Amino acid sequence: MLMTGADIVVETLIAQGTKIVFGYPGGQVIDLYDALYKAQDRLTHILSSHEQHACHAADGYARATGQTGVVIATSGPGATNLVTGIATAYLDSVPLVAITGNVSNALIGRDSFQECDITGITLPITKHNFFVKNIEDLQDTIEKAFEIAKSGRPGPVLIDIPKDVQNGKWEFNGSKMVQPARDRLVSAAKIDKAIEMIKEAKKPFIYIGGGANAANATNEIIAMADLIDAPIGSTLMGLSTVPSTHPRFLGMQGMHGHFASSRGMADSDLIIAVGARFSDRATGNVAKFAKKTKIIHLDVDSAEMNKNVQVDLTVCGDVKEALTRINAHLEPVQKEAWMNHIADLRAKEEALFEKANPKNLLTPFALVTEVSKFADPSTPIVTDVGQHQMWAAQYFPFQEPRTFITSGGLGTMGFGLGAAVGAAFATGKRTILFTGDGSFGMNLNELATVFAHQIPVVIVVMNNKVLGMVRQWQNLFYNQHFSNTNLDERQTDFVKIAEAFGVPGYHIRSLEEMPAVMAQAMAVSGPVLIEAAIDRDEFVLPMLPPGGSMDQIITTKGEA
Amino acid sequence: MERFEIACLVENHSGVLTRVSSMFTRRGFNINSLTVGETEHPGYSRITISVNGDEAIRSQCIKQLRKLYNVKLVKEMVPSERVSRELALIKLKNTPETRPEIVSAVDIFRCKIIDFSPNTLCVEITGDSEKIDAFITVVKPYGILEMCRTGIVALQRGCHYLSDDEPQ
Repeated sequence: MLMTGADIVVETLIAQGTKIVFGYPGGQVIDLYDALYKAQDRLTHILSSHEQHACHAADGYARATGQTGVVIATSGPGATNLVTGIATAYLDSVPLVAITGNVSNALIGRDSFQECDITGITLPITKHNFFVKNIEDLQDTIEKAFEIAKSGRPGPVLIDIPKDVQNGKWEFNGSKMVQPARDRLVSAAKIDKAIEMIKEAKKPFIYIGGGANAANATNEIIAMADLIDAPIGSTLMGLSTVPSTHPRFLGMQGMHGHFASSRGMADSDLIIAVGARFSDRATGNVAKFAKKTKIIHLDVDSAEMNKNVQVDLTVCGDVKEALTRINAHLEPVQKEAWMNHIADLRAKEEALFEKANPKNLLTPFALVTEVSKFADPSTPIVTDVGQHQMWAAQYFPFQEPRTFITSGGLGTMGFGLGAAVGAAFATGKRTILFTGDGSFGMNLNELATVFAHQIPVVIVVMNNKVLGMVRQWQNLFYNQHFSNTNLDERQTDFVKIAEAFGVPGYHIRSLEEMPAVMAQAMAVSGPVLIEAAIDRDEFVLPMLPPGGSMDQIITTKGEA
Repeated sequence: MERFEIACLVENHSGVLTRVSSMFTRRGFNINSLTVGETEHPGYSRITISVNGDEAIRSQCIKQLRKLYNVKLVKEMVPSERVSRELALIKLKNTPETRPEIVSAVDIFRCKIIDFSPNTLCVEITGDSEKIDAFITVVKPYGILEMCRTGIVALQRGCHYLSDDEPQ
């Protein structure tokens, strides 16, 4: 059937299982928006306040479900506004298809109004991108984009479609949902070698990353830990893959990781890394990382093998499948001495924690814990970037996979509210966003979107009137030169801002008033904002100084 | 620093060369030379890249190239298992005093003089990179006015082909 390019785009998106797209219209996508208008009963479009946040929403949708998120923007500034969102998805391996309009083929290359080479700009931050010059390639290109986004290690794909391709006509006879390419089967020799190394280990440690979450490998990881009597630690991106309250789970690793988790890994004799990429924030000083420890690296992306850390065995392929095959050959064993050592580390961590967290103040720990009482196991927990992000990562008791949504690799301040919108639409559940006064300042215009659709997002703004993470570094490493991190001169009342957008807001000014105000706020069924006053000199602890090793870990403020 | 050569078969689309070269820039790898040209198959081009780097860079280069969607096959061209050629055009100062020596060097290295003027002459030399390096060393004292090298092209020896190696 002869259809316009714009209609072909919409029909192909629907055929790929897309139920919702996020975006913002503009001159070079009017045709596409006309097609969306005609198909509105089959494909929902959510209008954002800014393309960047639409992109984060598509990203949040994908993180919460594992399905490919879709965002649409116009040419020029619309497309460039997507860049941060695409880079965020790229660094965290999120399946995303970004569709941009461009000026007609005849105007390309003439610096036309709102023309920009977005495929050139996004080249290093996409898995692949396409410029669809000819309408006959349109459907095939969109199908390919979905296949690339979902296959192997997921990631974002951008499709740039000139206006004349959108309003041209071509034959369309239906599209079928493409399946991701099957991951390569791990060789039997690698599996055998892994089994041998695991059986030899006396102090094994399972270290999980975002790839474990993406592969839905929760059960296989816990099964292995039970079989070999190993503790589990996680990168920031791996959080929520294994319940935080699981007895084998020691918490986050790395720069702000839990003491027992970081120390336990350093003391182990075998690290089984599952879908982790040994980023600098996770390892600290690579030259000193796990020098006495053997490493087995399971990952779907062979380019991650021996990239940052030299490992003893690489197992490349679907980690869920690899773990299943390894587990099948393991007999349950007990490692009493190792477990006792881990228990000692935990006890030490608890003592350090007691020392560092006074019980009579409105601490981030008290706030995160209070919020967690109102969450159920499947509640999506979204963050922005900064101190609040680390506190949420450290203290929130995650229960189910894909419930922790955070910008790990790129560390994008302003990620949160858009991502929360996406997560809320994806799950149909009330979603909690932890943000800070700095990050929230970058995305609060999305309150308009939240109000318009009455999206049930609980926005918890930790307001310390400083850019806390940078201030912490200035405190520790820059002689307390608080260069441009003091927001004191600003008198922003985030509750009033929320109210101006139509969203109710509440202040929490002290520990005493927290339970009552929190209960009141959580009783609101639609969107709601809670602004909590946090001390400006709260630190995220423990902290491994940048480029430092486990010996230099700072666990209390006194040591800093 | 070591030098190694990688051959890749890429789809013959616009922008593919940019994708390949931008990967090198982005990862901080140092390209020594890069050539690209047609192959026996109209849909594919072959890129030969010479890179400076250690073992870690070598393995990352190959793996990162394999991740590029338009790159179909990647293989390291190990010196003992391949034949390689490079071409250079070298314009030299031409004086009555140096001319006989240049002509005999051209003769010994089995290259050709392809242009001649009262004050300049241009030499075409083909061979592996080491041969060209050696010739340049010899003629440098006579005065190199301008020079242009193509970068290497390489094929595996015997009945081995790029397509033997499916991505690992």
